[in-house]
Amino acid sequence: MELFEIWALSLIVFLPLAGALVALAIPKEREEAVKLWALGVSGVTLILAVIVAARFDFGAAGRFQFEVDLPWIGAIGANYHIGVDGISLPLLVLSALVVVLCVIYSWKHWDEPHNPRGFLVLMLILATGMNGTFVALDLVLFFIFFELVLLPMYFMIGIWGDRTMRKIPGFKKEVETRLYAAIKFFIFTLFGSAFMLLGFLALYFKSGSGGLDPTFDIPELIGRGFLFEGTFAWLVFGAMFLGFAVKVPMWPFHTWLPDAHTAAPTVGSVLLAAILLKLGSYAFIRISIPILPETAREWAPFIAVLSVIGIIYGSLACLAQTDVKRLIAFSSVGHMGFVMLGIATLTEVGINAAIIGMVAHGLITGLLFFLAGSMHHRYHTREMSRLGGNLKLMPVLGGILGFTAMASLGLPGLAGFWGEFMALLGSYQPLPGLSTDFFRTAMVIGAIGTVLTAGYMLWMLQKVNLGEPSSEWAGKKFHDVDRYEMIAWVPLIVLIVAVGVYPKLVLGVTTDAVVGLVETAFSSVLGG
Amino acid sequence: MTRIDWLAIAPELVVAGTLLVVLAVDLFLPRERKYYVAALAVLGTTLAMVPVILMAVAGDSYSMFDGSYVVDQFALVLKGVFLVAGYLVLLISVSYVESDRFYQGEYYLLLLSSLLGSMVLTSGRDLVVLFVALELTTGPLFLLAGWRKGDLRSNEASLKFFIIGVLSTGLMLYGMSLLFGLTGELSFAGIREAIASAGLASEPVLGLAVLLILVGFGFKVSAVPFHFWAPDTYQGSPPPVTAYLSVSSKLAGFVAMLVVIYLALPAVTEFWGPALWLMAAASMTVANLSALRQTHLIRLLAYSSVAQAGFMLVPFAGAAIADDGLAEGLGATVIYLVIYAVMNLGAFAVVIAGGRRIGSYEISEWRGLGSYAPRQGVMLAVFFLSLAGLPPLAGWFAKFVMFRAILISTGPAGVWLAVIAAVNAVVAFYYYARVVKSAWFDKAPDVIPEDTEAGPTGPLNLAVGVSLVVVLVVGAFPAIATFFGDAAAALVP
Repeated sequence: MELFEIWALSLIVFLPLAGALVALAIPKEREEAVKLWALGVSGVTLILAVIVAARFDFGAAGRFQFEVDLPWIGAIGANYHIGVDGISLPLLVLSALVVVLCVIYSWKHWDEPHNPRGFLVLMLILATGMNGTFVALDLVLFFIFFELVLLPMYFMIGIWGDRTMRKIPGFKKEVETRLYAAIKFFIFTLFGSAFMLLGFLALYFKSGSGGLDPTFDIPELIGRGFLFEGTFAWLVFGAMFLGFAVKVPMWPFHTWLPDAHTAAPTVGSVLLAAILLKLGSYAFIRISIPILPETAREWAPFIAVLSVIGIIYGSLACLAQTDVKRLIAFSSVGHMGFVMLGIATLTEVGINAAIIGMVAHGLITGLLFFLAGSMHHRYHTREMSRLGGNLKLMPVLGGILGFTAMASLGLPGLAGFWGEFMALLGSYQPLPGLSTDFFRTAMVIGAIGTVLTAGYMLWMLQKVNLGEPSSEWAGKKFHDVDRYEMIAWVPLIVLIVAVGVYPKLVLGVTTDAVVGLVETAFSSVLGG
Repeated sequence: MTRIDWLAIAPELVVAGTLLVVLAVDLFLPRERKYYVAALAVLGTTLAMVPVILMAVAGDSYSMFDGSYVVDQFALVLKGVFLVAGYLVLLISVSYVESDRFYQGEYYLLLLSSLLGSMVLTSGRDLVVLFVALELTTGPLFLLAGWRKGDLRSNEASLKFFIIGVLSTGLMLYGMSLLFGLTGELSFAGIREAIASAGLASEPVLGLAVLLILVGFGFKVSAVPFHFWAPDTYQGSPPPVTAYLSVSSKLAGFVAMLVVIYLALPAVTEFWGPALWLMAAASMTVANLSALRQTHLIRLLAYSSVAQAGFMLVPFAGAAIADDGLAEGLGATVIYLVIYAVMNLGAFAVVIAGGRRIGSYEISEWRGLGSYAPRQGVMLAVFFLSLAGLPPLAGWFAKFVMFRAILISTGPAGVWLAVIAAVNAVVAFYYYARVVKSAWFDKAPDVIPEDTEAGPTGPLNLAVGVSLVVVLVVGAFPAIATFFGDAAAALVP
């Protein structure tokens, strides 16, 4: 084993955290130094992630590579076990990339109360949590990283978030959006993850039956899948489902999302949409399905129903929004619905669709939130009724918005297309044993959802981009896309086109791993 | 065997010696140099750590006075915890006691007496030693709770604490006398054997005895429904005393409970299992719901400590249900105690430091602390979120082993308690987060409180620093805490 093989993943995970600690030592006033430092740390992390991708053995994408397995908490059998395979690699690289872009974007864009050092420190801690979740192969380790992302995001929303007062049903007085959103985000996620932890512990104890040592090791637990059956497995799946579904978020656990997105500062929204939501859907693919395949089959129709409701509900809710950021947030509910529908089919096509859908959604919605933030920065409003003629006022920004909206509605040739298309394709022929009629109905409803998606995206474009600028902005000079925005956005635009034109960029990495996963998990139904 | 092993009782001797020195030196110190006694007390507790560590490293075990006084790994671990907790409370006390011109010598004397009591308690292996030690632990605290003599709240705190303390002692003593009457034994090992050999396990009077003892302990650890004295006493006492009450006094109750249940009564789980299950569930739920409405930081911490007591009781219920759960339950409770002691004292240290500056413990008055005192704001967030059990702060591991100890039993009773605990962990987060929200998200007041210069702040900062390091290191490397748990779990016969 080479030195790089051993250290690469640990560095990707802990370098940002170490960087955050060092950043605290830089005086608060030296903002440029802090920014350069954060850029350097996240940049090195990205380079490491790219090298890992380059040295990844694509011929064996189904196997965990760059694996490290060290004792961590001996007494409870938890190990420091990390590794990447074809499923986690694209998400890991995406996560490392988005953090760098966020650092670049925030160079000149700060929300009140400023304090770049505090913000960047939180962002780096967040990076450790996100990268760690994607490489963790031990349930306790996974839990720690999964929870680690909560705190930085909580503080980002609570401190730098939207300060407008809002009337919230159930509250006597008006509250600041950020305060309500921050605590709601946290309570929802914590509620889910408390049950997720109970599920993990139940798996651990059950894995010890039959004279084996109990274990938290994910690959080991997959091998012991036969131990988990009946009501036990059903309940454990349910407990973990709560944790993951809140994070995705699936309807009806989604209500924290629009609030959190609307209230979060731009970069917070981007990270939330691009990476944090994926932690939930990734966990379904990494933990729930391979460890409890039989139960996953029982739950699949239920998950499919929630996904389809999410798709339709998210799209309809978008049509009712007046705030452009809230609209994008609800569009996430719909898009993640497609991802979960793909997962629910339990097929190779469906799970591949989910992963490429996650990557695409990360690129596209991340960019949309950047754009929404930049528009808000200039117009100081996100009300679509006051916006309009954006394309005339700021041609470049308007152009990028048009392009991204097209990608979001699933225009063939751009990244968004593949996730939706393949998810629907997967529903046409779900895993043997699942009701074909049922999933085909889901497919049809999902297809209607794509039409609605196109509907609200075009409606949004028409309101914001087209038409004449309102008289409110007459005589005002708007600064079109600046240098930092350009640097942050171009990689996303390039990747959206690249993945759209050449989906093998993602599918080439994932397919082997997904095929291996599905074949191992469902050998009983597929073989017969 | 009446031979006395001097090394084995060296920690207690050092503390007892310090206590006497403090008493004598105080008489000869002029008023303005009274705080020298604080330094002496701190020095004494630090010195007492030396024999504890020596014995723990050597892995020795000593038994004296016909097995009534045992110094084993369990005792050493908890002696260590009590000493560290006492050390931190002394550090927290210095500036407070100095700035308020208390009777300093007596203050430290009483604190050390209580510490001595709890150290003896860890080694007591019969009912008499246990009882005397427990009373030595709580007795001085009745006085300390009323230390602010002119303050009505402090008087109320002391009186309530005293009356409840006497009541609980009476009940407990009655239970103990029944236990002695039934079995004819005072030592825990003797009681255990007598219950087994005489077939007393189905004797209703034994059930009554166990319940009375549990009620007594319930008061000591402030578990629902025996908790109602806690908020008033906590709020009225001088804050450093409250810190001591919420940690050492609670720990003492738990240690007594651990030795009685796991050494004397392991066979009669049907008597204490359901009772503790109910107490755990009620403590978590009632205290958390009450805490949601608190606006006073110390009261909030009081309810939080009741809720935490509920979490600590959960492993007992697990031990009662599971077939092989005794060692697991004991280890989990000890790990929880160790982590709770440090993080709760850290929280109190920050609250006391902030209270000195802000001059109020109303949560709303703490708004914007993070903007004008970022370091204090960060500390406040770290300790409160650790109490909430968020990774990677140490509190997560306490909650983790607690869940583990209850889920080891697969029956519905265990699962339900785990679910209740999980929901409560989320509810608890809300009120801990409210404090963080006030300090970080709310706008600072127009007049920013000046940093007060009264009294030395070094010791207080040291206490915060020590707690912080422990919370962060144990959070990242929980194997350190499991080491304590494993050592203590060796107690189970």
